Amino acid sequence: MNRFAVFFCVVAVVGGAVTLAALNLNTALGSPWHVPPYVVSLVGKYLCYAILALAVDLVWGFGGILSLGHAAFFALGGYAMGMYLMRQIAGRGVYGNPVLPDFMVFLNWKELPWYWHGFDNPIFAGLMVVAVPGLLALVFGWLAFRSRVSGVYLSIITQALTYALLLAFFRNDMGFGGNNGLTDFKDILSYPLQADATRAGLLVVTASVLAFSLMLAYAIVASRFGKVLIAVRDAESRTRFLGYRPENYKLFVWVVSAIMAGIGGALYVPQVGIINPSEFSPANSIEAVIWVAVGGRGTLVGAVLGAVLVSGGKTWLTGALPEIWLFALGALFILVTLFLPAGIIGAFRRAPAPLPAPEPAE
Amino acid sequence: MTFFRCLLVLLVMFVAPPAPAQDDPFAGLASGNFDDVSAAIAALALSGNPQAAATIGALQTDALFAGPEAAVYIRTDDGWVDARTGQKAEGVNEDDLNPVRVNNAVRRAIDAALGSLNLFSSSATVRAKAAEDVFRSRDPAALPALARAIAKENDAGVRSVMVQARAAARLADPASSDTDKLEDIAVIRARGDIEALGLLSSLHDQPAEVATAAAAAIASIKRSEQLWSVAQSVFYGLSLGSVLLLAAAGLAITFGVMGVINMAHGEMVMLGAYTTFVVQETIGAHAPALSGWSLPIAVPLAFLVSGAVGIAIERGLIRFLYGRPLETLLATWGLSLVLQQAVRSLFGASNREVSTPAWMSGAAQWGGLTITWNRLTIIIFAVMVVAALMAALRYTALGLRMRAVTQNRRMAAAMGIRTPWIDALTFGLGSGVAGMAGVALSQIDNVSPNLGQGYIIDSFMVVVFGGVGNLWGTVVSAFTLGIVNKFLEPVAGAVLGKILVLVLLILFIQRRPRGLFPLKGRAVEA
Amino acid sequence: MASVRTWLRGACLGAAAVALMLGVVPAVTPSAHAQGGPPIKIGILHSLSGTMAISETTLKDVMLMLIDQQNKKGGLLGRKLEAVVVDPASNWPLFAEKARQLITVDKVAVVFGCWTSVSRKSVLPVFEELNSLLFYPVQYEGEESSKNVIYTGAAPNQQAIPAVDYLAANEKVQRWVLAGTDYVYPRTTNKILEAYLKSKGVKDEDILINYTPFGHSDWQNIVAQIKKFGSAGKKTAVVSTINGDANVPFYKELANQGIKATDIPVVAFSVGEEELAGIDTKPLLGHLAAWNYFESVNNPANKQFIADWHAFTKNPKRTTNDPMEAHYIGFNLWVKAVQKAGTTDPAKVIDALIGVVVPNLTGGFAALMPNHHITKPVLIGEVKGDGQFNVVWQTPGTVVANEWSPYLEGSKDLIADWRSPMSCGNYNVVLGKCGGASK
Repeated sequence: MNRFAVFFCVVAVVGGAVTLAALNLNTALGSPWHVPPYVVSLVGKYLCYAILALAVDLVWGFGGILSLGHAAFFALGGYAMGMYLMRQIAGRGVYGNPVLPDFMVFLNWKELPWYWHGFDNPIFAGLMVVAVPGLLALVFGWLAFRSRVSGVYLSIITQALTYALLLAFFRNDMGFGGNNGLTDFKDILSYPLQADATRAGLLVVTASVLAFSLMLAYAIVASRFGKVLIAVRDAESRTRFLGYRPENYKLFVWVVSAIMAGIGGALYVPQVGIINPSEFSPANSIEAVIWVAVGGRGTLVGAVLGAVLVSGGKTWLTGALPEIWLFALGALFILVTLFLPAGIIGAFRRAPAPLPAPEPAE
Repeated sequence: MTFFRCLLVLLVMFVAPPAPAQDDPFAGLASGNFDDVSAAIAALALSGNPQAAATIGALQTDALFAGPEAAVYIRTDDGWVDARTGQKAEGVNEDDLNPVRVNNAVRRAIDAALGSLNLFSSSATVRAKAAEDVFRSRDPAALPALARAIAKENDAGVRSVMVQARAAARLADPASSDTDKLEDIAVIRARGDIEALGLLSSLHDQPAEVATAAAAAIASIKRSEQLWSVAQSVFYGLSLGSVLLLAAAGLAITFGVMGVINMAHGEMVMLGAYTTFVVQETIGAHAPALSGWSLPIAVPLAFLVSGAVGIAIERGLIRFLYGRPLETLLATWGLSLVLQQAVRSLFGASNREVSTPAWMSGAAQWGGLTITWNRLTIIIFAVMVVAALMAALRYTALGLRMRAVTQNRRMAAAMGIRTPWIDALTFGLGSGVAGMAGVALSQIDNVSPNLGQGYIIDSFMVVVFGGVGNLWGTVVSAFTLGIVNKFLEPVAGAVLGKILVLVLLILFIQRRPRGLFPLKGRAVEA
Repeated sequence: MASVRTWLRGACLGAAAVALMLGVVPAVTPSAHAQGGPPIKIGILHSLSGTMAISETTLKDVMLMLIDQQNKKGGLLGRKLEAVVVDPASNWPLFAEKARQLITVDKVAVVFGCWTSVSRKSVLPVFEELNSLLFYPVQYEGEESSKNVIYTGAAPNQQAIPAVDYLAANEKVQRWVLAGTDYVYPRTTNKILEAYLKSKGVKDEDILINYTPFGHSDWQNIVAQIKKFGSAGKKTAVVSTINGDANVPFYKELANQGIKATDIPVVAFSVGEEELAGIDTKPLLGHLAAWNYFESVNNPANKQFIADWHAFTKNPKRTTNDPMEAHYIGFNLWVKAVQKAGTTDPAKVIDALIGVVVPNLTGGFAALMPNHHITKPVLIGEVKGDGQFNVVWQTPGTVVANEWSPYLEGSKDLIADWRSPMSCGNYNVVLGKCGGASK
């Protein structure tokens, strides 16, 4: 882990985002320098994924917790934001109901469920973006780490968690729009979402949040706390015998990571224009883990790079090779694991990254 | 002008007398009007015409055609037969013929008619089925036939169905006497199943005495239904559990014993299902006589196909990743994408049809319990597969080596066991078992490229709940999850029930972080 | 040395970023220009992988066939047509991304695509923002009318209500099970049907509503529950809005528990020839489906269509189905509107589309109404042993879509009319103004 790499990455992300935004807003449509809004929202989306990847790398790369359910926190943050955006539509929905979102009107709901109250206030909604994933992570982590659930058991129950949430959010009776989710957003903080300037602004905000998260994550892992965390990852029992409480270290980084993922999700929703239960699907969480593995586990910068490259590859392949892109993507994952075991960033290192002690098969 | 013509046609339809079905029921069959066809069937059945059974039977198998001038023909393997005479018809121009179409009303008429016609068949099963058809159709017109059939019947089982059918028909006949009806209600009450309940509930405008008896019978049937429903839920749970067990058994080997997080496990199941499809198609094309056997033939082949693919995966991919279990997750996830897309490219994206052999179709009624044959077969199959797997691990030389390698690899190697090959074979065994699961799943689920995806999460849950590395744990866990799920479902609904099971599972793991049956020893602290 | 390595790493990141920026703008492939100018691009936005590939792949193929046929007829406005196929992979945000790519990067004139409601909802803001044109070919829950979408599938009154009427009249059904997958189409359809049945005097206790999750595969309890509900002495039917994937296990369970169509008929709105292809239909004889098209419809246009389809796919067994007919109608509507407008500019084509009439495949005509929905006949088919449907009933003429259901409280006062001067998708006739505007 290198301070300069993080620094470069922060500069590249923020600088790149600002440049894109400026080129999008300040150049004429026909100019060769013009960046179409399509690219702006696309890059914004990748950067949100990068935030999620960073969150996964923090717990997996440094805490040794392989979460197969991190997309749940991402989606919960997204839903909190989505509820705010829904309330912003107010009377402009297709039924013109001043309070109820459209999906409630056509399912004959008479009043707003209690948990929807307060979301018309951006500050409250912002609080929820942080609080909901954070609290869930706190409760889940407290239970799991205290009981010393670890390894694959932990991975599988994180998967069970996101799967349960997936099923729950699919239920129309939950009041979150069921399979259709939340959509048809109009504006955010009274800026119209369809405007180029709002999109460019969101991109810059996302890039800044990513940069801040990267610095925060770096600060955590480079600190004394981070050293203990790595010790927990590499030899939990030994660390415990040395007098540390591994569960507290894990819990802290787990909650920070969940909040980070939640904020990523909150930024994702206004840029893609929809939040739906499929964001909870276990496949999404696995994909996040794959971004980290491709970029390089335990490198932070690698997580960002992996998320952007794999998502970018997906965008390109689904357009260029619509019939066979899954072959290409699948082959990419296989080849990366076989030939770049430490990921792309790891391949640039002189010595292989210190991975946790191999778990013997016996 | 057109309007008037239309009106005229309508008028003619209403005013004109119905087709002379009484004189010539065959003309009614050719009328092209569903109501006339139904009437003609009933008339034909009562007419005593020797051609009646053959004609109505042909209608049931879509082999009856109407030609010009109310001609009616039966299509047989060796040409056209005139339905009226039963003689071979010459010079029939197929272009002039239209199939006599049926809808549900006509189908009901056919069932009722064949019911009374087949009451005198020489085969006891046909007679029993005919009686059951009459029971369902409740057609009073069948009463005389029933009376004759009951008098002639020697088989006690068939006879009791006929008595039930007579009861049903008499209850539907306003002309029946009250004493008969009371006797009938007792018969139906003794039958005691869901059809009996439906029949009794449908009785309206009965004399007070009959109505009271019917109400008492309904209450009694409902009470016993409630008791039976517990047993029924247990059966449903066992059935769901056996499906989970089949899906997870292979994973219990590859993941549980070898520690490989194999995300492509679901695709091994899918390959097994597609193998079944290919086997069935091949047999259908080349050896139709064997088609009832396609499933038993598919089982070993699916084992071999998935097992071979499993060995190839282990040799080509996983062996480079031992000691890095989480990276196998990544690689096998990639592999699952490739396999899904490969099957999609090869077989197309849509579902493939795997038919259910006759011996697995339908259900048996045992008291108030409905046991569907396919589910029962799958339960038995699952138990057999797991028993065979355990026996293989325990009693064969290969099993001994597998256990040796997983328990202490270095020691095993020192004893001269070729550990790489044992790894490959173990992985192949787990994959092969998944393939056999695919054969069973092809009977109850979609055979599509997404088949495996639906089971992968559940399989991991089952293995983890049972305790990684413990086959017994997997068995107990699968059946427990199945039964808990099926008892929660009626109370909480299908979705909430599943969510509750997941939450319970998460909480359970907090209490017992290593599943129901944790492995003991040093390996645990890995 | 360390700093060089760091620099290299930074440079690599930069390079990756540049590669990405270039990568997202697909290279424009130079193609042979027809005599009248560059080819007209048509976007095809159907999932070719993931859960929906099972249904949507066929629609991609039928679009390729239609485009191919039009090119053989000399193209359109003297220009060739060119398909741009992308794979949104059953991923809803990806649908929005791909829609934007098709419109802004590939500059397509029109998009044919989407299957699920959520995918349509996901792309809707994109089409409205960029004022482009989408043809949506699947039956859906209604309650929507966008200026930029042409709905060629059925609204609930073009499928569900006639089916219920048929069962009540011909099968004398008095008790109803409304079984569906828990998502918006079944929810809305069942709300509408419930209100409709109650308006016809059906009592609360004679309606059973049941929802199951996507891909539900263990139907034992529910089928038993249906059987029990059907034993109350009144003729019972099941109205199924169960979604594609869950249907095969559902029908297999029905067959095994011995529920015959002559006892408890099941009428389905999402089961067509394509879905039946995965099931042995012999035990399902007589169960019903309501659609606006069946492959078995006997008329020359349909025969030609099927023959073309078999030739194009080189597979004499490929089935056709209702959404394919919807694309057939949609494509022909678009072609005619483009000829009428003399341009492919979506804004002008949208105006030209209203009132265009083209033949459908069931022997009638489909007209695009001002509410951006088309007129459709409703056909009731019974399952045959060969995986086809036998049409047992059909509406005498075509039915105009109620995009806003009169049976729902929120939408009973709304209409859509995209002709100027109204040009509104949710006009409230009571308040006399656009925008839904509840009191």
